[in-house]
Amino acid sequence: MKKGIVLLLIVLLVSSFAFAQGSKEAASSAKADAPMKVGVIYISPPGDMGYSYMHDQGTIAMEKHFGDKIQVIRMEGIPENESSERVMENLIDEGCKVIFANSYNYQQYMLNVAQRYPNVYFEHCSGYLANDNMSNYFGRMYQMRYLSGMIAAKMSPTGKLGYVGAYNTPEVVRGINAFALGARAINPKATVTVVWTNTWYDPSLERQGAIALLDQGADVIAQHQDTTEPAKAAIERGKYAIGYNADFRGMIGDDRVLVSPMWNWGNYMIPAVQSALDGTWKSQSYWGGLEDEMIHLSPISPLVPADFVKQVEAKQAEIHDGKWDVFWGALKDNTGAVRQNAGQKMSDEAMLTMDWFVEGVIGKVN
Amino acid sequence: MRLALEKRDYRSTRMTVLVPIVSLLISFLLGAVVLAISNVNPLQTYGAMLKGAFGSQTKIQYTIAKTIPLLLCGLAVGIAFRLKFWNIGAEGQYVAGVIGITWVMQFWTFLPNMLLLPVGMLIGVLCGAFWGGIPGALKAQWSVDETLTTLMMNYIIIGYAEYLYINAWKAPRGNMGTVRYPEFAWLPRIWGRVHSGIYFALILVVILWFVLYKTRWGFELNMIGKNRRAAQCQGVSIKRNIILAMLVSGGIAGLAGVIDSAAVTHQLTKGVNSGYGFTGIIIAWMSGLNPFVSIVVALIMAALETGSDALQLMKLPAAMGEVMQGLILIPLLAGSIFTEYKLVTHTSHKEATV
Repeated sequence: MKKGIVLLLIVLLVSSFAFAQGSKEAASSAKADAPMKVGVIYISPPGDMGYSYMHDQGTIAMEKHFGDKIQVIRMEGIPENESSERVMENLIDEGCKVIFANSYNYQQYMLNVAQRYPNVYFEHCSGYLANDNMSNYFGRMYQMRYLSGMIAAKMSPTGKLGYVGAYNTPEVVRGINAFALGARAINPKATVTVVWTNTWYDPSLERQGAIALLDQGADVIAQHQDTTEPAKAAIERGKYAIGYNADFRGMIGDDRVLVSPMWNWGNYMIPAVQSALDGTWKSQSYWGGLEDEMIHLSPISPLVPADFVKQVEAKQAEIHDGKWDVFWGALKDNTGAVRQNAGQKMSDEAMLTMDWFVEGVIGKVN
Repeated sequence: MRLALEKRDYRSTRMTVLVPIVSLLISFLLGAVVLAISNVNPLQTYGAMLKGAFGSQTKIQYTIAKTIPLLLCGLAVGIAFRLKFWNIGAEGQYVAGVIGITWVMQFWTFLPNMLLLPVGMLIGVLCGAFWGGIPGALKAQWSVDETLTTLMMNYIIIGYAEYLYINAWKAPRGNMGTVRYPEFAWLPRIWGRVHSGIYFALILVVILWFVLYKTRWGFELNMIGKNRRAAQCQGVSIKRNIILAMLVSGGIAGLAGVIDSAAVTHQLTKGVNSGYGFTGIIIAWMSGLNPFVSIVVALIMAALETGSDALQLMKLPAAMGEVMQGLILIPLLAGSIFTEYKLVTHTSHKEATV
């Protein structure tokens, strides 16, 4: 008991000292014409060289664009539980007017905080929850997945493609389906085998997933994961890899990384912050595509034949011009059931809730 | 001259008070070295961490809210530790509790609204008790080493929970979690982020203190922990007590999970294995298994976490928070050896002549 009292006394003593210090700081920080503060919350450290890294590239682009008009506060490696609410409130305490968070399971916590702070703008990457002062934003990455699937099938000697997936969320399922459709457009016999890791970010589990696929004979590994580990595992076995998020070919330094579907988050973040500065910010559910360059393909590896690259570029142009999209036309699922008839175009709603695999995918969503 | 540790005949009061103070000072010194190497002013950083944990009403609320599950897990582990049963499985028993309450919230919809929360809490506690009882029974019946069984059972239940919220009980729209509990079945918040789970925790502290220090059963547990053979000679049933203690321990860990999900997350979702159960081990250990001291230790552990946000706000890398938490803990844990043992110097003739 005594031990407890002593500890408590120490805590009280030191905290009173800290409070005294805090009040001095507060007095000095009130200046006119201060930059608008923007808080950014990442699920993993940007050192993951993948998902959060690309978000940080967007943040850096935003910092460059606005110069001293804004001041960014980064919070990295924040777990997707109530801790994220605390972190958001701490950012608001620091004076942030706009808060970005970059992972799916923050959304409920962000909505909770958004309802308590109507004067702060909240920007949630992915998800579907929104509020008067909270938007969600994402990109049509599936379009790039389709193109990367074409390249994978072209370069695969066996047509056995492997895909390391994080979670069975519609976003990941949609990406796998698009990849498989792209592959089978080039090689109708191609298959895509899926393993789930049940984690966005775990370098060792991601690698194990890739190795399991390689052991089953896959000769191209694609991934929906945050790090370069699945791609590296493929390269080490002398197989091909498809990157994700960032240009893995440059990072790993091997041309067997054929191409990487990439994000360009800055293209959303900059206008969002601009509208907050202008006072014209509006809540939205944003799903950007090629037209505003939210997504793009990295430069394609020189190992891919040049005339085939032209074929991919032609497809990309069709998507860009709105003449064609991935989930248009007849679709069967991997049990053989017809999911969509010829001539039909899948709605955004159906894409955003997708929970089945197209023909040619080996694996189960649930 | 040779240094050696010798067991104290009795716990020295002076040392019980001095050791944590000196340990804490060493902790802060160690942390200061690391901070200084990272080019920040250590005093300012500690100030910022404290401010981060207690600097405003909201911050105090978050710290207290974090204390509740930590305290409960510390209490849970403490009971098992009393009879030197090393329950490393509070994490799993916590998850079992969350699974239990979620099961009721999702599928026992035939219950009247008023009963949903209490029944859910009860089932959750029972699930935690069951998950703790298994290694207890294994130990009692066949002397299976509990460190391994409790640890391994964490992985089983965490994996099962993952299966539930990713596959079997997944909410529509592919949410990584179950459907949220109906709002009338939430544990209410009482002061900002602080929820009514705090009543459960504090009442439990008093009950446990009474049971452990004032009742025959508490005495028996203590005796088993201190000297198993003597307890046996006195006719105390070791088997019965191990199982009983593990049922209670698991039940309290389950209660921690039940309360956190009923008051905070309102669903079984990613992040259910939050590490509270593991931190509970540290809390039990540092509090000397005393329920009242556990309150203070749990508060410190919670403050270390909520306060470490401040490190990132000072542009230190995210991992620095965990580094600081570890640095502060190690001397505290290591120091506790000096309350039980004393340092003695042996001088033998041979060495003396050198």
